[in-house]
Amino acid sequence: MSEKEKLLKIQDLSVEYDTEISTVYAVNGLDMELGYGETLGLVGETGAGKTSTALSIIQLLPEGIGFVTSGSIQLDGVDMLNTPEETIRKMRGSTVSMIFQDPMSALNPVMTVGAQIMEVLKIHHPEQSRAQLEARVDEMMELVGIPAKRKTEYPHQFSGGMKQRIVIAVALACEPKLILADEPTTALDVTIQAQMLGLINDLQKRLNTAMILITHDLGVVAQTCEKVMVMYAGEAIEYGTAEDIFETDQRHPYTQGLFNAIPKLNEECDRLEAIEGMMADPTQKPKGCRFADRCKYATAECRAQQPMRQVGPTHYIRCRLFDPMQSAR
Amino acid sequence: MENTKKKGLLDRLKSSRVLRVMFGRKIIVVCAVLILVMVLVAIFAPVIAPYDPNKDDLYNVLKGCSAEHWLGTDSNGRDVLSRIIYGARVSFTVGLVAVLISSVIGMALGLISGVAGGVVDSVIMRIMDAMMAVPMLILALFLGAILGQGLFNVCLAIGISMVPQYARITRGQVLSVRNADYVTAGTLCGASRVRNTLVHVFPNCLSANIVTMTASLGGAILAEANLSFLGMGISPPTASWGAMVSGGYKYLSNQPVIAIAPGIAIMIVVLCFNMCGDALRDALDPKLRGTLGNGSKKRRKATKGV
Repeated sequence: MSEKEKLLKIQDLSVEYDTEISTVYAVNGLDMELGYGETLGLVGETGAGKTSTALSIIQLLPEGIGFVTSGSIQLDGVDMLNTPEETIRKMRGSTVSMIFQDPMSALNPVMTVGAQIMEVLKIHHPEQSRAQLEARVDEMMELVGIPAKRKTEYPHQFSGGMKQRIVIAVALACEPKLILADEPTTALDVTIQAQMLGLINDLQKRLNTAMILITHDLGVVAQTCEKVMVMYAGEAIEYGTAEDIFETDQRHPYTQGLFNAIPKLNEECDRLEAIEGMMADPTQKPKGCRFADRCKYATAECRAQQPMRQVGPTHYIRCRLFDPMQSAR
Repeated sequence: MENTKKKGLLDRLKSSRVLRVMFGRKIIVVCAVLILVMVLVAIFAPVIAPYDPNKDDLYNVLKGCSAEHWLGTDSNGRDVLSRIIYGARVSFTVGLVAVLISSVIGMALGLISGVAGGVVDSVIMRIMDAMMAVPMLILALFLGAILGQGLFNVCLAIGISMVPQYARITRGQVLSVRNADYVTAGTLCGASRVRNTLVHVFPNCLSANIVTMTASLGGAILAEANLSFLGMGISPPTASWGAMVSGGYKYLSNQPVIAIAPGIAIMIVVLCFNMCGDALRDALDPKLRGTLGNGSKKRRKATKGV
């Protein structure tokens, strides 16, 4: 694939949060690539740096606290780290947009839903007439499966799933090339979750939009994503296509732990298998494998810096166990 | 099209929970009607008033209540009833303009301070704190003394002295709203900071301010009466309730009605505004939802029947 075909290129990204008490290393040397129309699942537990990565892509890390300390982010040919704020502001909503976790709080309670979809259109298409914008609002509402006549209603008149549909309509109104979906289904119940994922996937195909789906639900990833990246303590520890991750016995011990924690339908199971221990202290710079403290295969060698190792044509794992030079395991 | 729209608005007003709860108590309806009557009286003062309020009649000085002069005449022979009717104009004008001035300045300062944060926030809020440390009336007196007499100067003096409460309320609201997801979502949609503040933050700060506005209308009218009573308000020949009380209290022993009548007018207006302000606050308070407003029960029954 040539350079031009990549929508998003992240190289060696590091993000730090400076607080009064300590410095938190949220993301450490992350590499990521995403083509047009592709879907990447970003998996990991709370605090793994998933949201920080997303926020740094759109340059909305908390002001004065979060900083990108190294690396580069190229989005649709634009260097996000060295571009004036005004240009990036115009890209938000039109090139890249985001779907929030909680639809209950992602909509302004005192604006009608139609006005909220209109708002993003007004910002990016000030030249269009009101009638044109209205028509587009109607179109977007129908697209996400809500009758257009409900656009004069307020968010509290909608159910959670309907609100999330509106949020999706807002995010897609300007046909962005990339959607960052930060746990879009976590706040919804399971049936609505399936509906939403179906809707997002469907719209994505129709509009040829790329998506980064942030979640800690492997089931959601299996259902929607072509590529998967597993993050742990600010690092990518495993990366590959969905098949690479789901239909293989070669997995990072942490990913394996995640899979073991899923209850199985065909086996008797009293107690879910948890991964022992806590996530590595994010205020310490990493030395070697960050999972080593919790890993049952850990040896002294794990304390050295671990590179990403290729184990399949598209499958990478950051673990000593998969070193082709060694015959361990 | 036009017709359906109008009907929609009326229906919405009828089914509005806030209005239903607010006017669920009879006393509030009485207050609202009284305010309405007095506003109409103020507007149509030239038609209603039986005499010219500023015309001296030195042959009829300090007369008691009579068929010609219902509330008697003052020390210059001016008809007290006519002066009260014209005085309503001054009171309502000052009340409205002062509240408008204070709320506009106060909300602007609160928004700036809440959104900007940091040094700007500290400077603005410390100035507001300093203004709040001085009792409002003293501050208004001080400003009134600097600005001098005159209708607009009185409005300005009272308006400025009421700025801090709006600034504080707005800032508090901004701080609670500023980090809401929908504000971030606004930024994510590419809205500039100013646009985001006006479209998403400001409307969410309004409800608390509207309550304060209705509640402080009474306060502003009372402040005008106070200033006028102390001779710092409206310049003399113009009828103002406060000035009428101060002019009439010397004759309290022989013609008490001259001082008492405008005093009662002040009391009724301020009481009505405060009652309505309180009722509006209660109606908008989500914590009291369900405990107030028997109207909602009736309506539920009605919709069940359908």
